[in-house]
Amino acid sequence: MITKRIIPCLDVKNGRVVKGVNFEGLSDVSSPVELGKYYSDAGADELVFYDITASSEGRTIFTDILREVARNVFIPLTVGGGINTLEDFDRVLKCGADKVSVNSGAIRNPSLIEDAAKRYGDQCVVLSCDVKRVGGEFRVFAKGGREDTGLNALEWIRRGASSGAGEIVLNSIDTDGVKRGFDIEMLRAVCDIVKVPVIASGGAGCMEDFLTLFRELPLVDAGLAASIFHFGEVRIDELKRMLKKNGIPMRIVN
Amino acid sequence: MIAIVDYGVGNLFSIASSLKKIGVDAICTGDADTIRACDKILLPGVGAFRDAAAKLAASGLDTVIKEEARSGKPLLGICLGMQLLFDKSYEYGEYAGLGLIPGEVRPIAEVIPRDLKIPHIGWNALSFKKPSPLFKYIKEGDFVYFVHSFFGARCEEFVTSVAEYGAPLTASVERGNVFGCQFHPEKSGDVGLAMLRAFAEL
Repeated sequence: MITKRIIPCLDVKNGRVVKGVNFEGLSDVSSPVELGKYYSDAGADELVFYDITASSEGRTIFTDILREVARNVFIPLTVGGGINTLEDFDRVLKCGADKVSVNSGAIRNPSLIEDAAKRYGDQCVVLSCDVKRVGGEFRVFAKGGREDTGLNALEWIRRGASSGAGEIVLNSIDTDGVKRGFDIEMLRAVCDIVKVPVIASGGAGCMEDFLTLFRELPLVDAGLAASIFHFGEVRIDELKRMLKKNGIPMRIVN
Repeated sequence: MIAIVDYGVGNLFSIASSLKKIGVDAICTGDADTIRACDKILLPGVGAFRDAAAKLAASGLDTVIKEEARSGKPLLGICLGMQLLFDKSYEYGEYAGLGLIPGEVRPIAEVIPRDLKIPHIGWNALSFKKPSPLFKYIKEGDFVYFVHSFFGARCEEFVTSVAEYGAPLTASVERGNVFGCQFHPEKSGDVGLAMLRAFAEL
């Protein structure tokens, strides 16, 4: 049976990982290559790299870094941030990305999902959504969660999946950073309407939050987090062993 | 030297990187003479069967691969590259493959329960069906990474491993010197690299 996936997310700015503390045996915690290898060795099932640089110069540094990661890390790599056109897809796929995550770019130009899915296949296109409750509905936010688009999240996600998004990353703005667990209610609403894999993001504060996620929502495929991994609050190898012990299908390395 | 066949389908960066990582000489090439000069052939592929088969035929490399395989040279097809080894595929139509391994490519929807998601995407465990030299450094139950919606069917005699996803899905096949794996060894961590090493050592 297929395992549930644990995915660390790395924000990269000017070629360096933003946020990061000292890990034992890691000489440079801000190096995307070193941190990527570290997580891969610990059993991460996939890595997500978000390019948060705005300049075109930063873009070039990012793709150079990505290439270097792909030369050294042999698990699936997803890349997001600044993906607005098919050329952007091309740029990161050529550097070793396996999947490309679209967010604001798809909101500005919804046909991006369909065009990319046609050219590269559904499995390559990940729709990432920042969602927040507004007046009793789930609303899509753009620009890193700062701008209310007015779009109903469930409609947007259903549309994205039918246009060819092969996976959904659902980031709950309501639970993000709160560290009291994933947004089970919001995730359940999304799992009920799409058949493609759903990746939960936002809210994990401890190992038990992942156990609750997979127990409450058997349809969720993966749990994604950033700071709790980067700050060493949760270790991926320990997390996966704990989940496996509790009956969640997990891939254990070593 | 391993020839990674470049016929314009997908990017070969990861597969080339993985071979380099394990110290194996490889070259990405679409040149018939270069492929003939190498001692092993690796056939990658992502996307749709029809497009890939058409591009392989248009480049004339289908003939080269078939001749080289029949001469006994080790050939490994990965993902869509494995599916191309079969007689035919029913992916959105009916299209001929290389015919190096008897069998056909069919939608996994035909054999798995309706409530399971398609594509079959993620890490799944290998269940060995037959011994294979490619399993030299890996073991039963090791996890590898899959992304696919179609699978190798009616090829039982040649199946060396399967992955359980509501049904046993063909994970690897073998007929003499011709090998195929549905999963991505270049994305399957140390297990995948170990399998590629075994292929390189053939």
